Amino acid sequence: MTAENKTGIGASVTRLEDLPLVTGKGRFAADVSFPHQLHMRLARSSHAHGRIRAIDVSQAAALSGVFAVWTAADVADVPLIDFREGPIEKLAPYRQPVLARERVRYVGEPIAAVFADDPYVAEDAADLVFVDIEELPVLMDAADPPGEFAPGFSTEPTICKQGYGDIEGAFRNAHAVVAMDLSVGRHSGVPLETRGAIGRYDAARDVLELHGAAKVPHKNRETLARMLGRSTAGLHLFEGHVGGGFGVRGEIYPEDILVLVAAMRFGRPVKWLEDRREHMMATNHSRQQRHRIRAAVDADGRLLGIDDDFLHDQGGYIRTHATRIADTTCGVLPGPYRLPNYRINGHFLLTNKTPAATYRSPGRYETNFVRERMMDVLAHRLGISRVEIRRRNLIAAEDMPYERPLVALGDDVVLDSGDYAGLLDKALVRFGWEALERSVAERRASGERVGLGIAMFVEKSGLGPTDGARINVDTTGCVEVVTGGASVGQGFETVMAQVCAEMLGVDYRCVRVVHGRTDRIEYGIGAHASRATVMTANAVAVAAAKVRTKALDLAAQLLQTDLRHLDVVDGEVVRTDVVNGPSISLASLAHHLRPASPTRGTRDPGLAAEGWFDTAHQTYPYGVQLAAVAIDPGTGAVAVEKMLIAYDCGRAINPMLVRGQLVGGFAQGLGGALFEEFQYDERGQPLSVTFADYLLPTAREIPTVDVLLTEDARSRWNPLGIKGAGEGGIAAVGAVIASAVEDAIGMSGIITQLPITPQRLKRILDDRAQAATGGEHRVY
Amino acid sequence: MTDKCDIVLDINGQQYRVTIEPRRTLADVIRDDCGQTGTHLGCEHGVCGACTVLLDGDPVRSCLMFAVQAQGRKIRTVEGLTRGTDLHPLQRAFIAHHGLQCGFCTPGFLMLAAGMLERNPDISDDALVDVLSSNLCRCTGYENIIKAVRAAAAEMRSAR
Repeated sequence: MTAENKTGIGASVTRLEDLPLVTGKGRFAADVSFPHQLHMRLARSSHAHGRIRAIDVSQAAALSGVFAVWTAADVADVPLIDFREGPIEKLAPYRQPVLARERVRYVGEPIAAVFADDPYVAEDAADLVFVDIEELPVLMDAADPPGEFAPGFSTEPTICKQGYGDIEGAFRNAHAVVAMDLSVGRHSGVPLETRGAIGRYDAARDVLELHGAAKVPHKNRETLARMLGRSTAGLHLFEGHVGGGFGVRGEIYPEDILVLVAAMRFGRPVKWLEDRREHMMATNHSRQQRHRIRAAVDADGRLLGIDDDFLHDQGGYIRTHATRIADTTCGVLPGPYRLPNYRINGHFLLTNKTPAATYRSPGRYETNFVRERMMDVLAHRLGISRVEIRRRNLIAAEDMPYERPLVALGDDVVLDSGDYAGLLDKALVRFGWEALERSVAERRASGERVGLGIAMFVEKSGLGPTDGARINVDTTGCVEVVTGGASVGQGFETVMAQVCAEMLGVDYRCVRVVHGRTDRIEYGIGAHASRATVMTANAVAVAAAKVRTKALDLAAQLLQTDLRHLDVVDGEVVRTDVVNGPSISLASLAHHLRPASPTRGTRDPGLAAEGWFDTAHQTYPYGVQLAAVAIDPGTGAVAVEKMLIAYDCGRAINPMLVRGQLVGGFAQGLGGALFEEFQYDERGQPLSVTFADYLLPTAREIPTVDVLLTEDARSRWNPLGIKGAGEGGIAAVGAVIASAVEDAIGMSGIITQLPITPQRLKRILDDRAQAATGGEHRVY
Repeated sequence: MTDKCDIVLDINGQQYRVTIEPRRTLADVIRDDCGQTGTHLGCEHGVCGACTVLLDGDPVRSCLMFAVQAQGRKIRTVEGLTRGTDLHPLQRAFIAHHGLQCGFCTPGFLMLAAGMLERNPDISDDALVDVLSSNLCRCTGYENIIKAVRAAAAEMRSAR
């Protein structure tokens, strides 16, 4: 259609979002203020588990400038925080109250809310809330026997199970069996902007507003309306700039509800901003799982079966995602390999830690580590290369679409397209794997500890079922695209504008993209699980095509020519059958389509259309990660010398942004592989509540990452052929770094835990040195 | 804590007269009392650098200072980088090289880099990474930030 469009699909154009962000004009949650607002501060539990005997708020309430202090008794009418996908009876008792009732279950749990004119005063007053707590035994290791969440309710509310085939038979007939005990640490997204929520009640219109929303404003509106007993028409969420999402931002937390309830009751806006220490204790954690897994193979190294029993450390309550990550873990573990028999049990366990939920590539970062560890160890056991064992097990391109009797995110798994072996070959060549193997061998011979790592993975993206968009061209030629999508910093506006530009025939800079506003569109899928581009962009494409059709139809009449001889180029309808023929701009056509315009005829007013996109299944992008690392045996530090991410997302709308997603995801993944971990002492006190204890990678730790972006396998499930790219960068980093570290130290199966901190690695090396001199062996 | 004091802050060449509690941090006063919200708070304990501003040309963490300590000093924030409608070479380079995603850490990086390049325009590539490693970014993986700062440094050098 508009092959000349240089800002449409496939163009690495700069972002529409950037100008306000580089000039200090962004509008993040902390930047939102309303006249006469109150500031909220929470008094939080300093005990990991205990019974609340008494709460004394008298001193706090007496402080000058304090407007009110609430405890659970003041919000007894507010229900427990609901699951996003609706009620689940069995899990309902484990939901979190907005303020602790009777018991506290993790350090950081909100107990009282203070409202004051000034944020400093609110913080002073929160320190004056005295809570008398009778300590109860803490449960800090998911491997310990389950305890009691509340009378009659076990800390193991459910076991997530999936599987198929004859698992016993697979192991009975195996040529070799490998068993491992593998753990992933407790990580989180840790966006640079902490959370913020500003509640405001407009009594004149009876509208309640939540500012500082993110990720899933429309879905959250439904949940909040249900919880607060309001109509969705009387409750609106507003997303400003969001300083990173990564899964944790934009879920419904106690603070979101408290500012809404307080704004209604007080008739004043209420603003809450999280500080970093709070963030580390209050915002969702993620990842922590322990897998006790066995794999059976035949003599050729072909997988016969995987049997996995894993512990999912949920923390103190079940939050908005319910058991989604544990379920996903079960559904995605097999990855890119054929697996004839499979059994997985996920023990969903509450502990006395900050509650857990999704963090970028949830269930995949963990299972990629677990599965790829097994593949490495199997290769070693069988005496074949790590590349070869993967090749022998990959699902073939001609087997696509590939159905698997599993469920992930409530969706039957059908891998839509992919040439896994083809991408592996390309990645090995691009990385120079064979030459590196030789150079690594030489360097090792001269005493260096260097190694190569390999990991393959299948991501998932674009879960539907449906999203919509509305497009209007105004009489100045400005194109407004109204979506129910959300922007967490990933470049959503630019990408939607490019798709609209491509389909409509305009420059992307003429396009304004609305997102994160429930008052502009009734439904929206938001930005989670790499679905925004797949779902919303396809809806934008449908709407843009309709606008184009309407424009061409009217232009054909006005230009007195056949519709087939018209095209839209740069916002102008032109004739393709004559050079320098007459033309008419989209702005003029919009003018002709005003309600009072006589040329409109019987057409509906406005150069506008709404488009919907439905999909039956998720799409499955895939990738290969290759790494070269060097270990400092003196410190146990791991340096990544070379890194490749090969990734196929079907079709890249803006390759520059896709690369940005992959490299940024890699950096986060490296944090989880080497540095990041929420640790607790034996009484449940969190030890990682500052950036001095929870270590994010800096510019010094991140290597230059080579990205091989391929478009070999378009999605079968959507007309644009796209698959998401938000999570492929992080998905296999734990896996590939573990693979490389193990290669460097030459001890198969020794890396069983993420993160591979310098302390842990040094202990492994020291123990080996000791063992070599006759010392005792230690178990990890 | 209610004894307030009157101070004058010089932010981007403009004088702001504010009456504040002495305990208020420079970052909070810049943002809440002077309305310059481009300076962001990411950790409030001096690690992430999102709140970096220039104080008499030196990059400092504005979360770790009291506003009263900044009296009589020249404060520069991200709002002061632009000359009229002309973007600073660093701002242009961050856009061109996709050096930002969510943009929350960006003002801190811009001010850190601006202070660094004004003091040491010929800084080596390696020393430049060392300086940039004092701020945190959670989105980009730093690669494009480093590219952008190198490109801006080259442009600023050639304009001398």
